[in-house]
Amino acid sequence: MTVAIIINEKTKVVVQGITGNQGAFHAAQMLAYGSRVVAGVSPGKSGQEVHGLPVYDTVEDAVEKHGANASVLFVPARFAKDAAFEAIDAGVAVVVIITEHIPVHDTLDIMAFAKEKGTTVIGPNTFGIISPGKCKIGIMPNQIYAAGCVGIAARSGTLSYEVAQSLTRAGLGQSTVVGLGGDRVVGQSFVSILKQFAKDPDTEACVLVGEIGGTQEEEAAELIKGMNKPVVAYLAGKSAPPGKRMGHAGAIIERGRGTFESKVKALEAGGARIAQLPWEVPALIKEALGR
Amino acid sequence: MKLYEYLAKEIMSKAGIPVPKGMVARTAEEAESAARALGAVALKAQVLAGGRGKAGGIAFASTPEEAKAAAERLLGTEIRGLRVDTILVEERLSIDAELYLGLTVDAGNRAPLCIASARGGMDIEEVPVKDIVKVNLHPSWGLGAYKARQIVRRMGLQGPHASKVADILVKLYGVFKQYDAELTEINPLVISGDRVVAADGRLNIDDEALFRQEGVPVIEEGTEIELRVRKMGLSYVELDGDIAVMANGAGMAMATLDILQHYGGRPANFLDAGGGASVEPTARAIEVLLETNPKAILINIFGGITRCDDVARALIMVKEQRGIPVPVVIRLVGTNEEEGVRLLSEHGFPAYKTMDEAASRVVALARGGGE
Repeated sequence: MTVAIIINEKTKVVVQGITGNQGAFHAAQMLAYGSRVVAGVSPGKSGQEVHGLPVYDTVEDAVEKHGANASVLFVPARFAKDAAFEAIDAGVAVVVIITEHIPVHDTLDIMAFAKEKGTTVIGPNTFGIISPGKCKIGIMPNQIYAAGCVGIAARSGTLSYEVAQSLTRAGLGQSTVVGLGGDRVVGQSFVSILKQFAKDPDTEACVLVGEIGGTQEEEAAELIKGMNKPVVAYLAGKSAPPGKRMGHAGAIIERGRGTFESKVKALEAGGARIAQLPWEVPALIKEALGR
Repeated sequence: MKLYEYLAKEIMSKAGIPVPKGMVARTAEEAESAARALGAVALKAQVLAGGRGKAGGIAFASTPEEAKAAAERLLGTEIRGLRVDTILVEERLSIDAELYLGLTVDAGNRAPLCIASARGGMDIEEVPVKDIVKVNLHPSWGLGAYKARQIVRRMGLQGPHASKVADILVKLYGVFKQYDAELTEINPLVISGDRVVAADGRLNIDDEALFRQEGVPVIEEGTEIELRVRKMGLSYVELDGDIAVMANGAGMAMATLDILQHYGGRPANFLDAGGGASVEPTARAIEVLLETNPKAILINIFGGITRCDDVARALIMVKEQRGIPVPVVIRLVGTNEEEGVRLLSEHGFPAYKTMDEAASRVVALARGGGE
C-alpha cells in the first residue's frame, strides 16, 4: 500500500539547516527511521557532507539533482521566513517547519505564499509528520510508532507522543500522525487533517490531541458530525487558570469559545468520544472500532 | 507584549492618528500642572488590564485642584490586581459617537483581520455580530484606501467623518504591520464635533518579533520568578500548590497539571522546559523550582527534540552543585532515553516509565506518604 496522507515512502526530503546541531541530529534520526532524506541545504556551505548527504546552497539544487519533493526546516526563527519561501518557490509539495519563535507576521506571509503556490505547510513549531513504516519528517522519537489504522492530529508534540505510544502498546498502529504546531497561526488544522483522514483508506479511526485556546476543536466538532469514521479526543488544560486574553478583538473572534468545557461540549455533541486521561485513548478506539 | 495606553498612543500619533492632547503624570503635582495646561481632563490609570473604566481606573476633573485630588486617589491603588504608578492626563472630549477599530491576526483564516463597528465603547464584547464588520486582509496587499472606505461604508458611516475614519484605519494598519502587532485597536474612536480622535489605544506586539522592534520600550508582565525564567527562554506561570512541575512542551505541561489534579495533587507552577533546551538552562530551571520551596518535584519528559540524557545531566548537576532537599519524581522516555535512565540510576534517581505512575507517586510523596 502506498496510501497515507501528505507523505509516503516515495517522499524525498531535503533538510534546510542541516549543518546546525538540531538539523544534523534529526537528519540522522530520520535516516535511521528509513525516511528518504536526499540532501541538505545550508547557504554558504555547499560541498560539505552531513551523514553522507550532500549539502547545497539552495533548495533548488536538491530539487533538480535529487528530486526532493518535501522540505523540513531547522532554520533559526529570524531566517525561517526566507527559508520557507525558498522551499515553496523551489516547488516542493510539503514544507515542514520545525522552527519555533517565528514572528507571526512572517508566518502570515509564508501562509499567503504557500496558498498561492498550492504548497502544504505543516507547522511552524511542529514536531512534524510521520506515516509509520513509510516516512518520518520531524523530530519525534523513532521507536514509539507502528503502522496501522489510527490517524492522529495533534496540537502538542509531546502529548501526541504519549498518545501514539499508548496506542502502539495496545496493538493499534497509526496511519499518519500530524503535528499541527503550537503557534497561533499554523498551516494545518484539525479540520484540514480530518478531511484527509476521512478519505484515506488506511485510516479507520482518528484521534485529536487538543488543548484549550482557539476554536479549532469546536470547528472540528462540526465536521465530525458528518464523518463515517470514529473520532476520539483528548484535551489538555482542564485545570489551567484562565489564560491570556488577546484583548477585545480576541474575545470577539472567540465569542466565549476556546475553554475546556466548550471544547468538550462541542466535540461530544459532534459525536466524538472524550478521553479523560491520555492513556484512555486506546480503549476508546477499540470500543469505537468494535474490537 | 502589551504596551501602556500612553505608549500605544505615542506610536499612533507618530503614525498620524489624532489622539487627545495629553501628558503623563507620576505624581499628583504632575497631574495638577497637566490639568492647568489642558483644562477639563480625564485621568486614566496606566495598567495593562482591560475593563479599566468599570474597575474605577478613570476619573474626571474640571480644575487643576480636582485633578490633583483624583490623581492622589488613583496613584498607588490597584486596578485588577495591578498597581497604578502612572496616569495619563488628557483633555476631556465631548462625545458625539463612539466607534471601534481593530486589527488582529486571524488564526482560522491565517490572515490579518480588520474588525470595525459603529458601536464602540466599553461594551464592544456585547455588540451583536450583525453590527460588527470583519474583513480578512492579504498580508502583502494590506489595507488600501479603497478597502478602508468599503469597511467604513459597511459600518454605516457617512459624510465628512467617514473619510476621517477611513484615513485612520489605513494608518492603524500601518502601525499593525510596522510594529509586528498581534493586536492593535482603538476603542473608542470618538467623534467629537468635527474631530475624530483615538480616545483609547491598544498595541500588543508579538514577543517573537521584539528582536527587530528596536526603540520600543520593553514592558515586562509577571512575577519576579516568572520574568527570570522567561529570560531563560522557557515558559513559566506561578500557581498556588506545593508540587513543583517541569515538563517539555506546553501541551504536556498542561496535561501534567491536569493529571496531578486528577490524583488530588496541587501544582505549584507551570513550566514548559521544551524546545530542546540544553543541560545548562534546564539545570537553572530546576533550581528555580527549588526556590519555590515545594514539597516534591515532578519532572515529566517525553523527549523529542529534548534529549533525555540532557535532562538527566541537568538534574545530576543541580544535585551535585547544591543538593536537592525534597523528593524528585522523574518520568523520562523518548530521545536518548537509555542513556538518560542509566545516568539517573547511577546517581540514585529512579526513572518512571509512565506519567500515571509518576503523578500518583509524587502526590503521595507531597502528602508525606512513605518513601
